[in-house]
Amino acid sequence: MKKDKNSFWEFFASVKLALFCFFTLAIASIVGTIIPQNESPGFYIQKYGETTAEIFRLINIPDMYNSWWFVSILSLFSINLIVCSIDRLPTVWKLVTMDNLAAKVNRLEKMTPRNRFASAKPLQQVAAEVEQTLKGAGWKPSQRKTEGGTLLFAQKTPWVRFGVYIVHLSILVIFAGAIIGTLFGAKGSIMIRENSTVPYYFDRGSNAQQQLGFAIRVNDFSLTYYDSGAPKEFRSDLTVIEGGQEVLHKSIVVNDPLNYKGYTFYQSSYKADEDYWISVQNQTTGARKKFMARPGVELKWQEAGVTLGIVNLLRPDQWGRYRLKIWFSDGKGQPSVFWLDGETEVSVERADTAYGFKSEQVFYTGLQVAKDPGVWPVYIGFIIMLCGLFVAFFLSHKRLWVYIDETGNKTRVLVAGSANKNKVAFANMFDTLVEKLEENETLKLSKE
Amino acid sequence: MDSSKLLGITTFIYMFSSVIYLALFVFRMKKIGLLATVVTIIGLLVNTAGIGMRWLESYQMGIGHAPLSNMYESLVFFTWSIVLLYLVVEFIYKNKVIGAFAMPFAFGSMAYASLSPEFSDRITPLVPALQSNWLIAHVFTCFIGYAAFAVACGTGIMYLVKLRDKGDSPNSLLATLPPLKVIDDITHKIILFGFIWLTAGIISGAVWANSAWGTYWSWDPKETWSLITWFVYASALHARFTRGWGGKRIAWISIIGFLAVIFTYYGVNFLLSGLHSYGAS
Ligand code: HEM
Repeated sequence: MKKDKNSFWEFFASVKLALFCFFTLAIASIVGTIIPQNESPGFYIQKYGETTAEIFRLINIPDMYNSWWFVSILSLFSINLIVCSIDRLPTVWKLVTMDNLAAKVNRLEKMTPRNRFASAKPLQQVAAEVEQTLKGAGWKPSQRKTEGGTLLFAQKTPWVRFGVYIVHLSILVIFAGAIIGTLFGAKGSIMIRENSTVPYYFDRGSNAQQQLGFAIRVNDFSLTYYDSGAPKEFRSDLTVIEGGQEVLHKSIVVNDPLNYKGYTFYQSSYKADEDYWISVQNQTTGARKKFMARPGVELKWQEAGVTLGIVNLLRPDQWGRYRLKIWFSDGKGQPSVFWLDGETEVSVERADTAYGFKSEQVFYTGLQVAKDPGVWPVYIGFIIMLCGLFVAFFLSHKRLWVYIDETGNKTRVLVAGSANKNKVAFANMFDTLVEKLEENETLKLSKE
Repeated sequence: MDSSKLLGITTFIYMFSSVIYLALFVFRMKKIGLLATVVTIIGLLVNTAGIGMRWLESYQMGIGHAPLSNMYESLVFFTWSIVLLYLVVEFIYKNKVIGAFAMPFAFGSMAYASLSPEFSDRITPLVPALQSNWLIAHVFTCFIGYAAFAVACGTGIMYLVKLRDKGDSPNSLLATLPPLKVIDDITHKIILFGFIWLTAGIISGAVWANSAWGTYWSWDPKETWSLITWFVYASALHARFTRGWGGKRIAWISIIGFLAVIFTYYGVNFLLSGLHSYGAS
């Protein structure tokens, strides 16, 4: 019975299982990059044939990374990590907290690096000098009298032995964040036309309409180009409206989203509408009116007695340049017909005043909507992971013992050290320290 | 003098440097060792100047951005990192033969960047998705990691070459290579170094994706391949640390890992489709 439990435990604690997980996760991930993910059922039938597509469907290949079996491997991996760490932590704990002054001299005599010296000075004095030298080199020695002599011990950064476990913990923290995000988060998108307000978004998975609890108004969308024709900036000017109040205003671009109540709105796409904004201004009175105009539809500005419309257009080219042919009448004389060149302003003389005209394309802006309360745990996991890796790779637990005893009229000094990593660098440091001891005028050490 | 010229010259210097290191190894010409190092350092300086100049030029064109924004620029930075890293290794281990296995990677990637018709060396403005400081952090960290893995691949190959040394003649070609243990140690240390940078690269990519699209991980092929690469090296670390793998097996993993790096970096763009617009141009 006991043995059974042990082999069960050992299975989950084994690094073999970890290597197996690494391997299967890697292979499975490769499959997911070769077979396109999340396409329509028709896509798979067309590309791989009926039978293969059916097999794919059965084992969730089209949405592999969320399939039961992929998630199972990830779970196995996490259990492995937890069990393995629990399994090993007590040993590491002991190593970090152990009483190093209880070390046996015959163990020190087998360590590398080590050095033996002799001095004519009395033990007390040698111990005091050695302690000073160690302190001078940045160590904090403690000492204890043993049966035969005095043992000094100093160590640096014993806690780095936990580094590996910090890394492992970070993976669990990241997984926890991912799970929180899946359970409590939301992902979706919306297309909003300029000048309209929308209180919902469409869920990415189900396409269902989800209420936000507040509304987003798009005041303006603008698109700019480099001379080469490449897009330079997509910008949406957004206002958050809650309970009829404007509560937040922000102009967003790709890489600079808007946050409100846990939701984040990302600039992700746009679509040009058929319509254009046309603004008309009576340049004498200053009166002005902005229309949303559709080509071929007549517009009326009642108070000013003005009628206008778009009678022809050249659609936007690669740089977003377009032209509108405008028909305009204020009831005084012949109507005016003229071209508006993109967003450049045009002034038209009429019988008793001039009118200014300006046009602008009407856009829909596409926003990604995300709510992910798991992001912070994930980011914290990232930071822990980087710190943990640094500790695990580049810092080492260094220990130093000096055993001093007397035989006859001589005092003997044994210096020994160990480091759990980067042994070459430690040996160099050890040599420097030993040289310092040798140079000590009072000690007058001689090599044995 | 413009950046293209400087970077063109850099290619030649690295070629020259590779040839000297190879000569140093193959003909055991100890005397040219200093020359090899000096040429490499000059190459690195010209390379640095080229990158700096390109940066300046982009500002003069009014579209200023760090030169890490497309395949060409990233290859140049990759090369730069390999050379810097190699020089550090040479300095620490006081062994120039390693250059024969590391510098060809630098020359290869630089030559590929300059000569391949797929990559344009024109300075182009940043499309909206790339206008983020995370771009710099992401490319910088990833490519230092990749460069480390390139050097580790070089020392891994060196290990496998050295394995054929039967130790019968102290003057044989292979006897000039460092002892197996030392090569193994160098490979391991460089992999550790690369691993931490690759981790930082994946993390910065995730943070960037989250700030641009609201999803830190979407399993797009490039992301997934970087994770696969990460798994390859993570298994190497674990196998070594807990099962005592070393030597030949780690040497092979360093080569396999680097193939995964190349695929992540290059293969994914051309063979698989995804949303990483970055490499596509
Ligand atoms: C992707 C996930 C993982 C990462 C990034 C990771 C990272 C690390 C690192 C950096 C080390 C130190 C290696 C060295 O110092 O050279 C290590 C050691 C180790 N890892 Fe992992 N690890 C992961 C998953 C796992 C899993 C699933 C297990 C489960 C068994 C595991 C078991 C171990 C063990 C036993 C050690 C040696 C620790 C010791 O010295 O006691 N690791 N890991």
